[in-house]
Amino acid sequence: MLKITKGRRMILGGILVVLSFISHRLSGMEYTPVVITLMLATTIVAGTPIFRNAFQAARYRIIGIDALVTIAVTGAVIIGEFWEAAAVTFLFMLGDYLESRTLEKTRSSIKSLLDLAPDIARVRRDGKEVEISPDEVIQGDIVIVRPGEKISVDGTIIEGNAHINQAAITGESLPVSKSGDDTVFSGTIIESGYLLIRADKVGDDTTFARILQMVEEAQDKKAKTQKFLERFSRYYTPGIIVLSILLFLITKDLVLSLTLLVIACPGALVISTPVSIVAGIGNGARNGVLVKGGEIMEKLGTVKALAFDKTGTLTIGKPGVTKVKAYTMSEEELLRLAAIGESYSEHPLGRAIIQKAEELNLDINVVPEDAEIIMGQGLTFYFEGKKYLIGNRKLFQNAGIDTTEYEEHLQAEEEQGQTAVMVGDEERVLGIISLADIVREDAKKMIADLRAVGIRHIAMLTGDNKLAAKAIADKLGLDANYAELLPEDKVRILGELQEKYGRVAMIGDGINDAPALASADLGIAIGGAGTDVAMETADVVLMSAEIKKLAYAIGLSRATVRNMKQNIYFAIAVAGILLAGVLVKTVNLSIGMLIHELSVLLVIINAARLLRYKARSSNR
Amino acid sequence: MTTKTFQMETLTCPSCVAKIEGMLKRTKGVEESEVLFNASKVKVTFDESVISAETIQENIEKLGFEVLGVK
Repeated sequence: MLKITKGRRMILGGILVVLSFISHRLSGMEYTPVVITLMLATTIVAGTPIFRNAFQAARYRIIGIDALVTIAVTGAVIIGEFWEAAAVTFLFMLGDYLESRTLEKTRSSIKSLLDLAPDIARVRRDGKEVEISPDEVIQGDIVIVRPGEKISVDGTIIEGNAHINQAAITGESLPVSKSGDDTVFSGTIIESGYLLIRADKVGDDTTFARILQMVEEAQDKKAKTQKFLERFSRYYTPGIIVLSILLFLITKDLVLSLTLLVIACPGALVISTPVSIVAGIGNGARNGVLVKGGEIMEKLGTVKALAFDKTGTLTIGKPGVTKVKAYTMSEEELLRLAAIGESYSEHPLGRAIIQKAEELNLDINVVPEDAEIIMGQGLTFYFEGKKYLIGNRKLFQNAGIDTTEYEEHLQAEEEQGQTAVMVGDEERVLGIISLADIVREDAKKMIADLRAVGIRHIAMLTGDNKLAAKAIADKLGLDANYAELLPEDKVRILGELQEKYGRVAMIGDGINDAPALASADLGIAIGGAGTDVAMETADVVLMSAEIKKLAYAIGLSRATVRNMKQNIYFAIAVAGILLAGVLVKTVNLSIGMLIHELSVLLVIINAARLLRYKARSSNR
Repeated sequence: MTTKTFQMETLTCPSCVAKIEGMLKRTKGVEESEVLFNASKVKVTFDESVISAETIQENIEKLGFEVLGVK
């Protein structure tokens, strides 16, 4: 058989249907042989794929829309309604064509993610630079990346530094600076700089490839509503055929029965849910929020209470200097002295002090002499010939220095959840540096956004001590905080919250709270890119550490569910109106088909609106 | 048992899904099949000694759907 492309068939069908229409008019609405020939030609050109599909499906005992249209068109030709046959087949073909075009659009945001996949990799092999496909890179290869190029592997930087746009992974378009020993991700782009990278994960194992795979799978994880509609349509279509036959037997009106067949196609209803979901998930994926499927979308929108993990979620997860109190010198001098003393320290508190000194551009490129670390107490060191101490009460008491004078300040700090570190010489305390895990900058705004979208209860669950927990809960204005919890306690408290408030989501960094993430109605992992466990176990993954995206994610899921409902109600309303129209004989075959196809298109276009959804509340 | 994923041309009507799934369910050697409507993909787990990936592809194409690639 001659192979005709869809496009050509469309054009040919279009010309024929117009010619049919004109000649029909010219012949005074009579069915002359010419008119009939043109109309039959239209029906054959436009209808062949439909009839073929219907017959092939019938072989497998499946009755779809094609079958309904085929029966209706055959019937129309037999009773001499040639214009109806031509118009219905043409409209059906046109609708199908337009639907596939618009559907491609709603799926485009996921397609555009696929386009972000790296296409070449430059590796060093036998001392020479060679360009190969990213699939051919093997673990341990040295990959070279220049400005404007895409990184093709997940790896560790072994040389160079660069500003990297990580939007493909995190949705965050501001470039981040990376250098030696930092981890880089496949799919991210070097904006400036030059890197030599050791390939740690290649091909399908990279974070980017796995995100793509999960997004692809997520879009087809069906929502509950969708499952219901599919079950419904399986019985609906054969049911309509039976109904049409009954209608004919009762009324003896063939045209009426055929019209019923055409207008009862459940197209808009069946497509209403999947298009909304694919658009919603696509929008999320582009913004660094991975929602794993339609059912999760439905759940996320109806969450009533949220439980946050503290460390690494509401806080950065690393201590930072919050306050410096100096008694004999300036605060900067005290901080510089402490930073010099901590030069060799691997202790997180020591690193935090050094980091703070670096931020203030203090000159700390001096080395202490005879630094000695005393486990559980602190350290001592000599600088410019003098001995200094940095540490807790025990360290100073053992050195015979009285600290009672500073107790008030120490206790006040500790009550606020701070760790207070004293700095002194051999005679006295020179100052006190307070450190604490720092609350994320966007945490407060996020809590406000969450309240704005109507979350009733926001709690914090942490394994940390009560003082530290309370300080952060108060600062952020949380409704409740539960401290000193073991992982199993977290699960128990989630159960209590569920009983009290309904649907509860747990938000964590996914590293130490996997059981809690799994036991909540909904597990949300933050900063998921790169941590396999979090990406696998959570229902929703926020790729970046930007916690404020949570409110966006909830907003998006609500918009998606709303969109889905609009589509369903609209589809049902159209079906109802058409049915009524047929029964009172104001809707004929071709108008019925036109309205049906239009309703399908409208449903898709409505879903496409979701692609433009933006977090309104966080821009307020 | 092997699993292959067939990339289809854009699937437009959900009833196509039922069609392809129904056909595969009645095909000998096919253990499990899933049609991903939004991704326009068909995932098939089958017994290679009974049926080949090529035959499955032919069967899908006979239903009127173009297969763009097999992975």
